[in-house]
Amino acid sequence: MPTVTMTVNGRAVSGEAEPRTLLVQFLRDTLGLTGTHIGCDTSQCGACVVHLDGLSVKSCSMLAVQAEGAAVTTIEGLSNGELQPMQAAFREHHGLQCGFCTPGMVMSAIDLVNQNPTPSEHDIREWLDGNICRCTGYHNIVKAIKAGAEAMAAGGKR
Amino acid sequence: MTVQGIGAPVRRKEDRRYLTGRGTYTEDINRPGQLHAVILRSPHAHARILGIDTSAAARMPGVAAIFTGADMAKDNVGSIPCGWLIKNKDDTPMAEPPHPPLVPDRVRHVGDQVAVVIAETRNQARDAAEAIQVDYEVLPAAVDTAAAAKPGAPQVWEQAKNNVCFDWHLGDKAAVEAAFATAHHVTKIDLVNNRLIPNAMEPRAALGEYDRATGDYTLYTTSQNPHLIRLLMGAFVLHLPEHKLRVVAPDVGGGFGSKIYHYAEEAIVTWAAGKLGRPVKWVADRSESFISDAHGRDHVSHAELAMDQNGKFLALRVATIANVGAYLSTFSTCVPTYLYATLLAGVYATPAIYAEVKTVFTNTVPVDAYRGAGRPEATYLLERLVDKAAREMKIDRVELRRRNLIPRDAFPYQTPVALQYDSGDYQSTLEIALKNSDWAGFESRRAEAKKRGKLRGIGISTYIEACGIAPSAVVGSLGARAGLYESAAIRVHPTGSVSVMTGTHSHGQGHETTFAQIVADTLGMPIENVDIVHGDSSKIPFGMGTYGSRSLAVGGSAIVKALDKIVKKSKRIAAHLLEASEADIEFKDGTFSVAGTDRSVPFGQIALTAYVPHNYPITELEPGLEESAFYDPLNFTYPGGCHICEVEVDPETGVTEVVKFTAVDDVGRVINPMIVEGQVHGGLAQGIGQALYEICVYDKESGQILSGSYNDYTMPRAEHLPSFTVETHNTMCTHNPLGSKGVGEVGAIGSPPAVINAVIDALSPLGIEDIEMPATPQRAWRLIQTAGMARAAE
Repeated sequence: MPTVTMTVNGRAVSGEAEPRTLLVQFLRDTLGLTGTHIGCDTSQCGACVVHLDGLSVKSCSMLAVQAEGAAVTTIEGLSNGELQPMQAAFREHHGLQCGFCTPGMVMSAIDLVNQNPTPSEHDIREWLDGNICRCTGYHNIVKAIKAGAEAMAAGGKR
Repeated sequence: MTVQGIGAPVRRKEDRRYLTGRGTYTEDINRPGQLHAVILRSPHAHARILGIDTSAAARMPGVAAIFTGADMAKDNVGSIPCGWLIKNKDDTPMAEPPHPPLVPDRVRHVGDQVAVVIAETRNQARDAAEAIQVDYEVLPAAVDTAAAAKPGAPQVWEQAKNNVCFDWHLGDKAAVEAAFATAHHVTKIDLVNNRLIPNAMEPRAALGEYDRATGDYTLYTTSQNPHLIRLLMGAFVLHLPEHKLRVVAPDVGGGFGSKIYHYAEEAIVTWAAGKLGRPVKWVADRSESFISDAHGRDHVSHAELAMDQNGKFLALRVATIANVGAYLSTFSTCVPTYLYATLLAGVYATPAIYAEVKTVFTNTVPVDAYRGAGRPEATYLLERLVDKAAREMKIDRVELRRRNLIPRDAFPYQTPVALQYDSGDYQSTLEIALKNSDWAGFESRRAEAKKRGKLRGIGISTYIEACGIAPSAVVGSLGARAGLYESAAIRVHPTGSVSVMTGTHSHGQGHETTFAQIVADTLGMPIENVDIVHGDSSKIPFGMGTYGSRSLAVGGSAIVKALDKIVKKSKRIAAHLLEASEADIEFKDGTFSVAGTDRSVPFGQIALTAYVPHNYPITELEPGLEESAFYDPLNFTYPGGCHICEVEVDPETGVTEVVKFTAVDDVGRVINPMIVEGQVHGGLAQGIGQALYEICVYDKESGQILSGSYNDYTMPRAEHLPSFTVETHNTMCTHNPLGSKGVGEVGAIGSPPAVINAVIDALSPLGIEDIEMPATPQRAWRLIQTAGMARAAE
């Protein structure tokens, strides 16, 4: 079995992975980072979104071996104690209910704001095309991302 | 209202773990020595199993065992039971065919469980499952709901002639016929309530474990009601007594009804864990969810409304065919009966109603409760019918509704279909919704849209729902095979913090916050000192779980009852400490005091005294401070309200955009308005989803599912939906201690007819008066094109 080496949440990690192992399986099963979720098998739902070298990707849509040498950030790597501003905005604006889509939503939202620091409601709704939520009707997610974008701009920090 | 008490929009206690990736869902749990199960499912809708050859698969790497239905039968594994017995019109019982966890001889829907492969890794189990050879003799399939009920349709079960599970009715047929005979006008409508797939974002999963030392079984499962699973699986399927079976439903990623039921996979992994002496875990792929989670809705109905010359409703008659799928899921039989026909009065004072419901077996996945469960079907039928009646009678659709609303002073109001509404104010919810939506200003918006080439329409719907299920004696007399009370236990710890064990289950609803607010409000403490414990049968005395918007109305009431006992005992301790009569003790803001004096003792000291009873009325009172209560509701609760939708249809493409949505709901006492609004938002999204986007499609010949992935089944996405305007206008429930009615389902109940009525209003200038759900671009475009050709031909 090939060995894969990458940096996950700032820590160098390596582990064995079958060639068919998906990045999300490697994160969850090998590294025990179960905050990244699997909600579908057609790369539609976005529960598995992580950052790969700073950009959001669906970790179900690439093989673990393709992430060789990359820097991966998962939901567990966002905060150290205090919630990161986007996480805090989701809590403040009730942008989550069951919490299952939430890690992917937050990771996706942060990438949006990195690319577009002042997204409109329309921008946010378009961007979330790849993230499905069944609980919130998106109303409060949109509000949270707007507020999170403002908080990130004020804090100047990803 | 305190900062954290009843009525405060407290931010949720549970959010931190979800936001940092530390939620613990069933798939996140791994037990030492764990094996992985993959279910081999039927590729056919209907087939006889002539043989199963597992020999090659059994030799594959990592395979620990392969089991089939024959293996389970040898162990005397029972049938998955149905929780509600419905009787036919002639009082005979419904057809109730068996439902083995692994089918031994005949598959009855695509996805039916044929075998389980258990291996060291999931991939090994998957590989081996592909190597199993099953010899099928494919049989013709009954797929379509209406067609299945017709003579000559393929038979799903020998014991259900013409595929009929039951043929049931409710109401006074003679009174209805008499009213129709004298009617000024009768409006008739034929409707299909589209079949939906619940699609909670977390796929189902189950992990069974067996402890050889004690003989105890543990099942971790994605369930809305772990105690119910323990009861059904333990008593009926695996014959395990409650004290040897623990069921844990940890963090659960949404349910919407689909995680109420006892599913085959739960029994399979628990049984297999005992056989193999190692934990066995199963996790559904999303594709598997589409063909194994219970689906929702799927009604075909004909309805007629009789009116006098002023549009006053005289009588309603309804005939519905409901699809239950291939097997009877846990609550499948009560959904199209007691959760549907009983709601057909809606918010209207219709004096006579008669409903007939025929349910049919088909070669499709079982159909059961999905958010709203029966009540959305009743509301859709009634509100489409009322709009059509208004057009035919040439009476304004709002005015027609106003003329028929149940008056404010008519409560308690006895409907002709069994229910007694305790409270409501339908006039106000209607008027507030009209105002919030600027109904009066709509025509100018329609005209403005027309200039942009868009067809704009507005639609209205009122609704009623019955939730807080339910008074046990009442539902027992109607065929329920369980009591539907709720339990709570409150443990005050020596230093004054509190653990609340509730039999309800939170999978997004925010109980950890809402219930803590009730405790904080009563005991005068911060919510941080209160933990809500749920989802583990070894920690919680008993419970019936969360569904039918019952958690606050029933579970919250049990908590209130237990709190009352805590306060009562605390007063006796306080009276002793303060050397006063118990009758003189007052309790406010967490402090017990002697009325009219400055002598007082805080709650924390009472708690400590209860556990360190040095100065204590020990001969009269036991030490400790822990109380439990069961609450059995006196009636259903009746949320109601009015929803208004505004759409724009692009005549070039048929695409409908919801541009504005206004909801005014009466949910009774609100504990946390932020959470209540969130519940309404989510319900609206599912209701709009049903109206515009979602449908489960089966090939009518082969029974293959054609909408079996997120590529094919349109889940509403952020860009499909607007931001919502929601408000509550609440009358209190009169028969539970909180006054709360429930909010989980209202959004999904009121919204579908509001959307469709809006689409029809938008298309009405073209002469279009009907469109089926979901009103997809293709359907709208076809109607627009046909209407255009018809006009050109004129």
